[in-house]
Amino acid sequence: MSEALSGLLFDRWPYLLTVVLLLIGLYGMLMKRNLVKKLIGMNIFQGAIILFFIVHAYKHGASVPVHSAVLGDAPEAYMNPIPHGLMLTAIVVSVATTGVALALLTVIYRRFGSIDEGELLRRLRDRE
Amino acid sequence: MDPAQTFESTRPLWAVLVSLLAIPLIVASDRRPNLRETWTLLAAFIKFALVASMLPWVLQGREAVCSIWQISPGIQLALRVDTMGYIFALVASSLWVLTSLYSIGYVRGTNEHKQTRYFASFAMCLSATIGIAFAANLLTFVIFFEILTLATYPLVMHKETPVAMAAGHKYLSYTLPAGLCLVLATAWCVSTVGNVDFIPGGFLTSGVASAATLRWMFLLFILGVGVKAGIMPLHSWLPAAMAAPTPVSALLHAVAVVKAGVFGVLRVTGFVFGPDLLREIGLWTVLAWAAGITFTVASLLAMRQDNLKRRLAYSTVGHLSYIVLGAALFTMTSWTGSLLHLMFHATMKITLFFCAGAIYVRTHKENISDMHGIGRQMPFTMAAFAVGSLGLAGVPGINGFISKWHLAQGSLQADQGVFLGLLLLSGLLNAAYFFPIVYVAFFRTNKEYPAYGEASPLMVVPLSVTAIMSLVLGVAPNLGAHAWDLARAAAAAVMGGSP
Amino acid sequence: MTVPAGSETLAHHGEHMASAFDATAQSQLPMLVLIPLLVGLALVPALGLLRRRLAYPTTLISLLAFLYYSLRTLFAVMAHGELEYSLAAWKPPIGIELSVDMLSAFMVSVIAVIAVLVAIYASVAVRREDPEKEVPYFATMLVMLLGLTGMVLTGDLFNLYVFFEVSALGGYALMAIGHKKAPVAAFRYLIMGTLGASLYLMGVGYLYVVTGSLNMDDVAAIIMHQSSNPAVQVSLILMVIGLGLKMALFPMHLWLPDAYTYASSTSTAIIAPIMTKVSAYVLIRMLFFVYDTETFLRGTPVGAVIMWLAMGGVIVGSIMAIAQKDAKRMLAYSSVAQVAYIGVGIGLGTPLALVGAMLHILNHAIMKSCLFLVTGSVALQTGATQIKDYAGLGRKMPWTFLGFTLAALGMVGIPPTNGFFSKWYLVLGGIREGEWVLVVLILASSLLTAVYFFRVIERIYAKVPEQATNDASLPKTAEAPLRMALPVLILGAGVLVLGLFNAWLVSAVIARALPAGMHVPGL
Repeated sequence: MSEALSGLLFDRWPYLLTVVLLLIGLYGMLMKRNLVKKLIGMNIFQGAIILFFIVHAYKHGASVPVHSAVLGDAPEAYMNPIPHGLMLTAIVVSVATTGVALALLTVIYRRFGSIDEGELLRRLRDRE
Repeated sequence: MDPAQTFESTRPLWAVLVSLLAIPLIVASDRRPNLRETWTLLAAFIKFALVASMLPWVLQGREAVCSIWQISPGIQLALRVDTMGYIFALVASSLWVLTSLYSIGYVRGTNEHKQTRYFASFAMCLSATIGIAFAANLLTFVIFFEILTLATYPLVMHKETPVAMAAGHKYLSYTLPAGLCLVLATAWCVSTVGNVDFIPGGFLTSGVASAATLRWMFLLFILGVGVKAGIMPLHSWLPAAMAAPTPVSALLHAVAVVKAGVFGVLRVTGFVFGPDLLREIGLWTVLAWAAGITFTVASLLAMRQDNLKRRLAYSTVGHLSYIVLGAALFTMTSWTGSLLHLMFHATMKITLFFCAGAIYVRTHKENISDMHGIGRQMPFTMAAFAVGSLGLAGVPGINGFISKWHLAQGSLQADQGVFLGLLLLSGLLNAAYFFPIVYVAFFRTNKEYPAYGEASPLMVVPLSVTAIMSLVLGVAPNLGAHAWDLARAAAAAVMGGSP
Repeated sequence: MTVPAGSETLAHHGEHMASAFDATAQSQLPMLVLIPLLVGLALVPALGLLRRRLAYPTTLISLLAFLYYSLRTLFAVMAHGELEYSLAAWKPPIGIELSVDMLSAFMVSVIAVIAVLVAIYASVAVRREDPEKEVPYFATMLVMLLGLTGMVLTGDLFNLYVFFEVSALGGYALMAIGHKKAPVAAFRYLIMGTLGASLYLMGVGYLYVVTGSLNMDDVAAIIMHQSSNPAVQVSLILMVIGLGLKMALFPMHLWLPDAYTYASSTSTAIIAPIMTKVSAYVLIRMLFFVYDTETFLRGTPVGAVIMWLAMGGVIVGSIMAIAQKDAKRMLAYSSVAQVAYIGVGIGLGTPLALVGAMLHILNHAIMKSCLFLVTGSVALQTGATQIKDYAGLGRKMPWTFLGFTLAALGMVGIPPTNGFFSKWYLVLGGIREGEWVLVVLILASSLLTAVYFFRVIERIYAKVPEQATNDASLPKTAEAPLRMALPVLILGAGVLVLGLFNAWLVSAVIARALPAGMHVPGL
């Protein structure tokens, strides 16, 4: 096993997980016909990106980013707080989007009695 | 010749704008036809007066310039009254006055629908035409050229019958691609030389680009303006457009639109490329042959038409190519001939169209074979028709002779005897397709006709005036507007030599 | 690949960048542009709950304030150059800054002008379409505008993502108002839009990994010489795909036609002109201001790919538009084609082409909002949605269709309308680069546009209605009320005015919005 691959599998496996999650999410968004499953795919996709940021910010043996006399001034001793902050915002955004999506789904189901994309597209195409 | 003395003046701008400003008034007077027609006539007279008032400047060799504002970085939207532009503006504005009178008689005589749209589009066309005439650079020219394309469209499909709609589509499908060729050529010029102000003798020189590039450019330009000029094989929209009401055919398809095309050819050959460059890249022969073939073939096709307006349309295609030929030959005399024919063909052809319209309004007949004995019913109309057709055939004493004479001499000077031959042949063909009309009108009789009598004076007076103009200019070409002097001055400017 | 920890890079840059940032003019104006929208957003639902009729005046007042500050910002930038405002007084690159250069100021003004005109129109139209939707309509419209304005003003990559999603949320909700089928189209748009924004966020992630910064100027300075870094390249590709999806760049345009067709005309009239344009703006911002143009756009096939895909979009969009029977659907496909012109200019990436692209952002916004507003007026006044039912309406609604005709001529690109000049600059740019195929396609595509617009114009003015009964049921004139007709006419007049004065606009604003080092020949 080459150096790079073992590095990827053992040291950087969270990144690999991110990629797998991204692909699962993409599959759900593009391939699933059930609109709820599409939405779940979207959430997985967003989750993967959040994971990507967090993994990047994580440092072995570092502490919360609150300055303390014990840990001193070395940056290595603290986590990078910015990605965490960003991802809090991203989670809020994701929740808001999901909320709007669910509201739309409710309306769609009430109007058409279906959340199957193929069925809905058929209904969309016929002229009333 | 000294470079022309230039000075600032807004008068050319007003000449363009006056008919544009009349449009809201025309539209607002939708329900009051008399008021509406007053606006049209008023605009026509003011426009003619403005153009006429610039004659002394042109004769003195002073050029009025009016830069409006920048329209693209480094390029002004600008007007400039040079001699050649003035010739075209004079023709269009003077004949608009007559056409306006005639139009009123015509649309009321035939009870046309949507007359407001008709008069508004007409006014728009005239603004565009004067803009084309006075455009000081290529981009300004293109802008007005495209406006003209668009403003003519409602007139071509005015009747809204399937035939008229088809003619409108045909018109657009020829002129819009042509417009794009023109835009591309212009953009190319702007990219190559930056400054695209028209300069007598051409602003392109062989140094700016390779010969192949210049040839492509020339081809694009000719495609762009050649459609309106009816150069074969780009002509077939013109006979189709005869579905329009006759005054439209008269002013637009004998004077404004097609002449704008020919005028474009003159601008491109004389003011963009210039004689030296075109001789160098060797494309003038192509243009000359295209013109020569066009007028020969068009004359032959004209003979086969029974519909009077279609026959006139093919005749127009032919006569436009006379002008193109004169431009391509690039001698002092041939250019003079071209410019004279630009003016004289207008007076003669508009007479013929006016006559066709008058006949149609009175008798609803469009085919020559139905017009037996019409000359006795409508003596003034058919006499005018005779004058126009004799003139176009080149009979001495009528102005057509003078322009053709110059063209013939020009082809000899250019050592192109073959074009002299073609000119003579085409003159004979002209006679062959016009004389039968005059003959059947006066010397055949048809007992079935009721006594029609002349059309309304609103129509007969304009057509008599244009016929008389043709006669007078045939004897004294310098009378009034100094047509002959103007043509020689414009030709001298392009050729760069002494007259 | 080394992954520098963010905090270190940050600390390292914090000091030496601080001095550079002090040089640009600090100003309250960027924030003042946002505040009216924020205040309006709070007041509209509140007052709207009290009395439904209060929603519109509140919206209009806040939009007028928004317009006022946008224009003031534009003039301030014209006079003093770039303006900056540090949120909560945190200095960049640590804090978030609003940074307004000529390009942002120009975009904000476009958004504000369209917003005010559409709001005036909507005051009547929404009430008549569905009075219950009045408050939600204006509230979501403000959400969307807030998001779009924030995207344009911010100088921070992540902040841009947040505003991206804010605008999108407003947009989804707006789109769902309308036809019975609208929510389905809106949901599909939501999935695609979120995917696009997420890909953008992923790109930001990669940039953050490399640079440890989110401030655009800062990131630009750091990645300037890292063209070979695969992470930077990946981030570029992710961003281009994400933004391409949002701006409906062919072949990622499939969500657009349904979304535009089924949304109410008032919604489409505000979404279509500016939503995709702001995504185009972000693409310009990234490709020309963050990534080094020379190495990334020209050194890699990215520019060529964008350009040719966009050109394909122009052709496909136009052909699809010709095939449509529904007026709004035709305009939707036309949007795909017209936005693609912007893509062509971005992909070509020369000064002239970029001027064409930026000018087309404004021009298309004006024309398309005018056209969509007309479809709305027609649907409300006569019930017609199909092109064939437009027959003879030119006489019944003369003013509305005057605006329509002007906008349509602009779309075709007849001089001297504004549409002609955006293509003019694109063509000049193409000729200069020797891209002849592109130039010919740009010109040929305006013929396709002519086909579908002249078909409509002809029906409007010439053909008598096929069903005489339909004609008799309508009064002699069915002109829209003043507040609906006036915005249409103003936009229609804008088509002409912007065309005639384009050289002024280009030299005073757009040429100065180009990235540093780009100059328009002739100026």
